[in-house]
Amino acid sequence: MMAVSSSRSSLMWVVHITVFILVVMWTVPTAGLFISSIRDKDQLSVSGWWTALSVSEQRLVARSEHPDKQVFSSDGRYEIRGNILEHQDSSITKFGSSSLRPDEFDVGVVAQLKGGKTLQVLENGDYIYSSPEQWKGKRGKRIFYTANIPPRFTLDNYREVLTSEGLAKSFINSLAVTIPATIIPILMAAFAAYALAWMKFPGRALIIAAVVGLLVVPLQMSLIPLLKTYNLIGEFFGVGSKGYIGIWLAHTGFGLPLAIYLLRNYIAGLPGEIIESARVDGANDFEIFSKIILPLSFPALASFAIFQFLWVWNDLLIAMVFLGNNEEQLVLTGRLRELLGSRGGNWEILTASAFVTIIIPLCVFFGLQRYLVRGLLSGSVK
Amino acid sequence: MADLKLTNVSKRYSNNVEVMRDINLDIKQGEFIVFVGPSGCGKSTLLRMISGLEDISGGTLEIDGEVVNDIPPALRGIAMVFQSYALYPHMTVYDNMAFSLRIAKLDQETIDHYVRKAADMLQLTEYLDRLPKALSGGQRQRVAIGRAIVRKPKVFLFDEPLSNLDAALRVATRMEIANLKESMPDSTMIYVTHDQVEAMTLADRIVLLSAGNIEQVGTPLELYSLPRNVFVAQFIGSPAMNILPATIYACGETTKVNVAGQTNITLPIKTDAGEKNKTAQFGIRPEDLQVSENGDYVISGNIEFVESLGESTLLYIKADGCSDLVTCKLQGILKFKKGDDVKLSASPEKMHLFDANGMNYREV
Repeated sequence: MMAVSSSRSSLMWVVHITVFILVVMWTVPTAGLFISSIRDKDQLSVSGWWTALSVSEQRLVARSEHPDKQVFSSDGRYEIRGNILEHQDSSITKFGSSSLRPDEFDVGVVAQLKGGKTLQVLENGDYIYSSPEQWKGKRGKRIFYTANIPPRFTLDNYREVLTSEGLAKSFINSLAVTIPATIIPILMAAFAAYALAWMKFPGRALIIAAVVGLLVVPLQMSLIPLLKTYNLIGEFFGVGSKGYIGIWLAHTGFGLPLAIYLLRNYIAGLPGEIIESARVDGANDFEIFSKIILPLSFPALASFAIFQFLWVWNDLLIAMVFLGNNEEQLVLTGRLRELLGSRGGNWEILTASAFVTIIIPLCVFFGLQRYLVRGLLSGSVK
Repeated sequence: MADLKLTNVSKRYSNNVEVMRDINLDIKQGEFIVFVGPSGCGKSTLLRMISGLEDISGGTLEIDGEVVNDIPPALRGIAMVFQSYALYPHMTVYDNMAFSLRIAKLDQETIDHYVRKAADMLQLTEYLDRLPKALSGGQRQRVAIGRAIVRKPKVFLFDEPLSNLDAALRVATRMEIANLKESMPDSTMIYVTHDQVEAMTLADRIVLLSAGNIEQVGTPLELYSLPRNVFVAQFIGSPAMNILPATIYACGETTKVNVAGQTNITLPIKTDAGEKNKTAQFGIRPEDLQVSENGDYVISGNIEFVESLGESTLLYIKADGCSDLVTCKLQGILKFKKGDDVKLSASPEKMHLFDANGMNYREV
């Protein structure tokens, strides 16, 4: 007994630790992605997301006011006054006038520059640039400074990707691909699974074997023949080579073997007496399917729906083959790939786009996950 | 509310295994028939063949004079109560009972009337809105029965309906089923069980099956007192009847036999002269044996062990000439102990004599 209970408790520890590690592995990058996506883009470029809540030190450059704004002060010097800080909550620690030594002077010091010029920068960003001669030139003078900037969060990144980067349109396109490509195979598979599990007809075992065989056909192998066949048939019906119908059909085809296999196993495991009882009660096969099997199979349907939805949503390959690259057909994964190329350095764009992409899978998962664990069968048979 | 007639019914599976042979049975309207037999004897298969869930390979099944071999279950006018209840787990009690009526496209008012009437009869009214998982085993079983009642079937079929219930509930539900039968005297009921107590208490007639054959059909007491063969004799009654080796040495209006080489007994059974010197099987029920008081006995031996049940005492006796232990059931608490020698007697009317093939010498 002791050995049994101690091995069980050590097993429990292994389970707990594994679960903990999995949770950390899953949560930390997601949190990082989310935090990065709502950070200010300047802060994002200089520090990691884990420092998001601390004050960041940034070296920045500003220009003084235009020389036009100079005033002639009472002590006979020409002065330009102004404030170099964009946000009032930052504070300046050091400043300089040359790009070679941007942190030459401490804040508050009146820096003596060549030609008798002086520069003073206060902590709040106010500065006085003064010169014995009149200021010339078409632009303001550069002031280098080091500032402590408090954490700043913003939804600007999202605003930008959803509008100017076209992610919103791609989002709609992805939904337009994914929802039908999830519902169609589930419906077809549920019918097939019931027939393969509970209806007697010759060749049933062969069909099941064929379905299991199709599970191992690699998708890449069938892409080109499939596309050629689709184009041939499409030509006959006058349907273009790239379009939503094609990708729905492709995803349906690739999803069906697994769907039929999973659902058949589940439906075959339903108690036969319930089905016989319905038959004695006068229900035909269609009524048994729709009134008994379908409601009882909901957990299996939901779990397959999650699989299929995520697989279609995250798919890039089939979308590239069966959909065009234009605004009307580019799905989220394709758009992300384009952004990686064109905006590869803009982390705020990439992280926000990535998070927009994973929002729907997250909602689907959390919405349906209880069906993964809930057994509808408790209480029907003893 | 119908007569049932099975003529030469047989069942063969696709791999040519014959599981039922030549079943002939007449069931009258209003009878309560119990199919009983050991596991695998085909009693459930026979019930499913009557229900239409299994095909009939040969012979005919008639309900009310109409051959129904190829008629689907729903149109045979039968209702079935399954061992596992087979309630629809996602539907309330009300919906479970209304299911068949809705399939039959009855109007809502009629459905409601039938369901409430059945619920009332089975004391389920307050549970109508519950799901099956919120009911106890006995309540689930009543819902299953209610689902059968609302269809107003000609024949009720019960497939071991009590085997999932605990002992106390089983007795209570057994009485409920007996009451149900009483309240519907015109309904024919066929009930499958492996429990002979259920069979003895519920049945008008018992059909005892073994290995796909009907061994005997009769009222419970007929099967008890006049078993057609050794199998029936040993199946009905608990503990089982003792079968002792015997030799017939005189025939005629009465038969004289030597039992286990120990004693000579005269039985009030008529046998033909040709049976003389044949080996036979002598049967005596444990409860028909007594401790001999006057020195006459049927069998004597040495007590191998004793079981005291309070109301009765069971003795297992090793007797000379018998390979099996002889069981003896005596009323009350008795002071026997292992190793005692006992002599057991019985009244000749209670004795049974079977031939070498196991058939009873009495006319059945």
